[in-house]
Amino acid sequence: MTTGVAPALALGAIDKRFGATVALTNASLVVAPGTVHAVLGENGAGKTTLLRIAFGLLSPDAGAVHVAGARVTLRSPHDAIGAGIGMVQQHYSLVPAMTVAENVALGRRGGVDRTAMHAQVMATAAALGFVVEPDARVESLSVSAQQRVEIIKAVAHGARLLILDEPTAVLAPSEADALLERLRAFAARGGAVVLITHHLREALRSADDVTVLRRGHTVLAAPAATLTEDALVAAMIGDRLPRTAADPTPAAPGAPVLRVQQVTVHDARGVPRLRDVSLTVHAGEIVGIAGVEGSGTRELVRVLAGRVAPEAGTVTLPAAVGFVPEDRHRDALMLTASLAENFALAESGAARGAMPWRTMTATTATLIERFDVRGATPSTPAAALSGGNQQKFVVGRAVVTAPDALVVESPSRGLDVRATQDIHATLRTRRAAGAAVVVTSPDLDELLALADRIIVCYEGTLREVARDLALIGRTMVGAHD
Amino acid sequence: MMDALGLFAEATVRTATPLALAALGEVVAERAGVINLGVEGAIIGGAFAGLVVGGAAGPELGLAGGMLGGLLVALLFAVVAIIGRADQIIAGTAISMFGLGITGVLYRAWYGTSGAALTTPTLSALEIPGLAHIPVVGRALFAQPLPTYLLTVLAAATWWWLMRTHRGLALRACGESPAAARAAGIPVLRVQVGAVLFAGALAGLGGATLVLAQAGTFAEGMSAGRGFVAIAIVVLGRWHPLGAVGAAVVFGAASALQTLFQALGSTLPYQLFLALPYLLTLAALAGVAGRTRAPAALGVPLPDDD
Amino acid sequence: MRWRSPWVTAGLVLVGAGLVLLVVLVVTGHAPVPALAALGRGAVGSWYTFTSTTLVRATPLILSGLAVAIAFRAGVLNIGAEGQLLMGAAAATAVALTVPSGGVVLALFAGLVGGLLWTIIPVVLTQRFGVLEVISTLLMNAVALYVVGWLVRGPLQEPTGIYPQSGVLSEATRLPLLWNGTRLHAGFLLALVCAGALWWFGARTAAGFRLRAVGLNAHAAASAGRIDVARTSQRAFLVSGVLAGLAGAVEVQGVTYGLYENLSPGYGYTAIAVALLGRLDARAVVAAAILFAALQAGGSAMQRDAGVPAVTVKVVEAVLILGVISATAWQRRQESRA
Repeated sequence: MTTGVAPALALGAIDKRFGATVALTNASLVVAPGTVHAVLGENGAGKTTLLRIAFGLLSPDAGAVHVAGARVTLRSPHDAIGAGIGMVQQHYSLVPAMTVAENVALGRRGGVDRTAMHAQVMATAAALGFVVEPDARVESLSVSAQQRVEIIKAVAHGARLLILDEPTAVLAPSEADALLERLRAFAARGGAVVLITHHLREALRSADDVTVLRRGHTVLAAPAATLTEDALVAAMIGDRLPRTAADPTPAAPGAPVLRVQQVTVHDARGVPRLRDVSLTVHAGEIVGIAGVEGSGTRELVRVLAGRVAPEAGTVTLPAAVGFVPEDRHRDALMLTASLAENFALAESGAARGAMPWRTMTATTATLIERFDVRGATPSTPAAALSGGNQQKFVVGRAVVTAPDALVVESPSRGLDVRATQDIHATLRTRRAAGAAVVVTSPDLDELLALADRIIVCYEGTLREVARDLALIGRTMVGAHD
Repeated sequence: MMDALGLFAEATVRTATPLALAALGEVVAERAGVINLGVEGAIIGGAFAGLVVGGAAGPELGLAGGMLGGLLVALLFAVVAIIGRADQIIAGTAISMFGLGITGVLYRAWYGTSGAALTTPTLSALEIPGLAHIPVVGRALFAQPLPTYLLTVLAAATWWWLMRTHRGLALRACGESPAAARAAGIPVLRVQVGAVLFAGALAGLGGATLVLAQAGTFAEGMSAGRGFVAIAIVVLGRWHPLGAVGAAVVFGAASALQTLFQALGSTLPYQLFLALPYLLTLAALAGVAGRTRAPAALGVPLPDDD
Repeated sequence: MRWRSPWVTAGLVLVGAGLVLLVVLVVTGHAPVPALAALGRGAVGSWYTFTSTTLVRATPLILSGLAVAIAFRAGVLNIGAEGQLLMGAAAATAVALTVPSGGVVLALFAGLVGGLLWTIIPVVLTQRFGVLEVISTLLMNAVALYVVGWLVRGPLQEPTGIYPQSGVLSEATRLPLLWNGTRLHAGFLLALVCAGALWWFGARTAAGFRLRAVGLNAHAAASAGRIDVARTSQRAFLVSGVLAGLAGAVEVQGVTYGLYENLSPGYGYTAIAVALLGRLDARAVVAAAILFAALQAGGSAMQRDAGVPAVTVKVVEAVLILGVISATAWQRRQESRA
């Protein structure tokens, strides 16, 4: 870190609580100008909370924020933008129904001058090394193109410090490399970049400095060149168990359980998502499906789980398929209802006659205990659980009736290392018991740790590939040959 | 026949004016992401305030009083549904009930328990020389009381502001994606409250128009469902300021068919003509619904931390 | 974390509404004590007033309140109970007058079919064309009013052709009285039976659970429960129309013995307040309906004896709804913050 020059951003001794939950205690972050700074930490370590404070989305309970040496109070993103800070959040802050130029112009005043708006978009994009179409509607763009629009928007609003929350999570490896290169160039021209990430390798490879948060406070801040992967792992998880990489038990696949043949699926707009796809999953194996957003992975998973009926092709499924969707708040839980009711929800479309509430409640209690859903009883509303405990409940619900097939999207989303291990162990136990298991994850490391076979979904077609990280990455963007 | 058509055109504009005012305001509210079923309450609030202020200070100031009355009703909606995050549709229904009730109570308290009709001075038609004598549409467009001209100006100004300024863009962003708007530094909550107050003021102006430019008197419940029609008109007009005015004119014309047919000596039951605009609106909604899209975040309460 | 009892909230909201009533009385220059005394007398002053005004008024409110509650539970915002009630009343009248010897049940059945048919239109508009049910049902309410206006001046007009009302229903088609000396009719019992059945359906059956799941989170219902969301909400909408239609039939066969334009003093709108105050729970809907009926009966007495306009009650109703939904929203925010 350079001394003598005021840091581009300095967060000092930040505290933040949400109700009874402590999110940050004495957290700090110092970003030198002209650098790329990686902020690492497990899920729930407070990375996003800390940087949301830097962007004025949250206000700290204690601590100080300095931008370029001056103390600032950021009451809203408006203040942060005024101070030269821009943030690309995990869920993009774009208006889908509006054009790129309109999105970039958002937040200005006065009359709309389309020519000037276009010129600014083009100029900013060119300076960053991006190519965009100012008149394209954002909803028609790919995820990576939307990300570029977000960056252009921030820079066009005068950002000299860019904060990006897990920017590469939605990108294929080659896209991620290109993005990181552009960000390094932006920093080299006098800007500064903060990358929130959980990818150790990415942090070590592309950042100048690294800050690690654990349980809401800063445990490590050092130049990347002085650090190793092991040192980072130690800092991130402290004295707890390290994460296990490979799976000791080999698979012993049995009879076919899930089978789709020549299946075709279109989305609501009539765009083909799966084209004439066939796949068989056998008893006693875990099949991992990899694919970038929009590749058809999402649709394939829902066909395998019996949640989407294909327009063409045949699907053979067992009567019950345990399904864990990626977005648990939207697709898995009734937040205001009790856990017993949420348990009853599973497969309730086929239920007839009276509801056996007594049995439901008893089974829910068993589930809570077996899957270590903390601080819950069958009458606790789902909303009262933390994200990790909600996920444990949802996975438990899919597993507890011991279905022959299990389809799990992003099994560890929002979970810490230990809960992730518990869920991985659960999935392996189901495999050992002879279930057919399908898993997807944006985290290829997780996929490799779990899956016996890897299928890559690319533009609606499937290809089985060897369990090799680089090969999977290339296949995901169609660069396999 | 020309006379009958002229009367038809005039009746169309007369019915359309208060509806278009209310719908224009509602377009702005819905574009900001708020579905405000309290329009009915704001109209009757505006009508009553128009009566009170108009009686004391003349009909021109009465229009301003009507806007204030509508604004007050909308303020209650804003507190409950936007700041308080309560269900917007139910809050709106209740606000309409409240407006109808409270104006009834105050009317009886201030103007006598019988609720007997009383008359108030009205705005006379302002003739625009020359233009008012164009056959058929002359009087309908150029010999109207003040609110009709106000509507023309307001519609044009609202269109320009909403579609051609950055502030308008910001308001539309609130209705499409409050999170995106917020991240762009737009104070979403304030924008939504402002939009609802604007909608209330315009609905109030529409209500005052009923009293001060048309009926010349107040009656309990005289808004007669116009607020709910205005909401349908917003959909028909595809959430566009000028579209809403156009849809209001279509609704007005459907209502005015009654006068035309009576003039032609029709013996069809008059209830058919009364119901016709509603039926046409329902049919048109079915036709329009698939081909247009509401603001993506319409009716969704803001997250807590906004 | 604060898990407040819904009963506490309901109590607080009631007290708040009472205060609003007081303020309105004082502002409009009415002495509160005699006015409130008149309100009490009119609602529960004697066995006769309680049964013959309050409970008689509560009957259509229970049925239409249940109608709104079952729709809202499934996430269907049916604001059209008023129109469905009117069409139920019209259909029951038409059948009772056409088949005077047909008996009570035939006319009641006609009423629920009337409500059902009137609901099919917004159901189709919602499911086929994506028209918001809030808008379509509101428009249908207006149309229903005109249809009744036409019926009582046209096909159903009383024989002399002077008054805008239908002929009088035959004895055979009227609901019997429950107690001699009062005006309380068997419709009240029917409403209680419907409430009991709906409670059992909602709390104990798989179909009732599906309905609630769709209302709480339609995405999760489809994904986790593999529930046919469109069909579930469609059924809830239709049952809602049936109940509202039944309310209209019961009012005609138990109280008015004929159809006329102002048959409903906004029962279908008050039903929304009833359903919300009853938190969409069938048992609590009965209590809320009786409360509102008492308020309305008392409101009439207040107007008669103390000169306070009966429309004051409407203000109180609106405040009750606003109070309930504000409290619900507030509680939800407290919970999600915890």
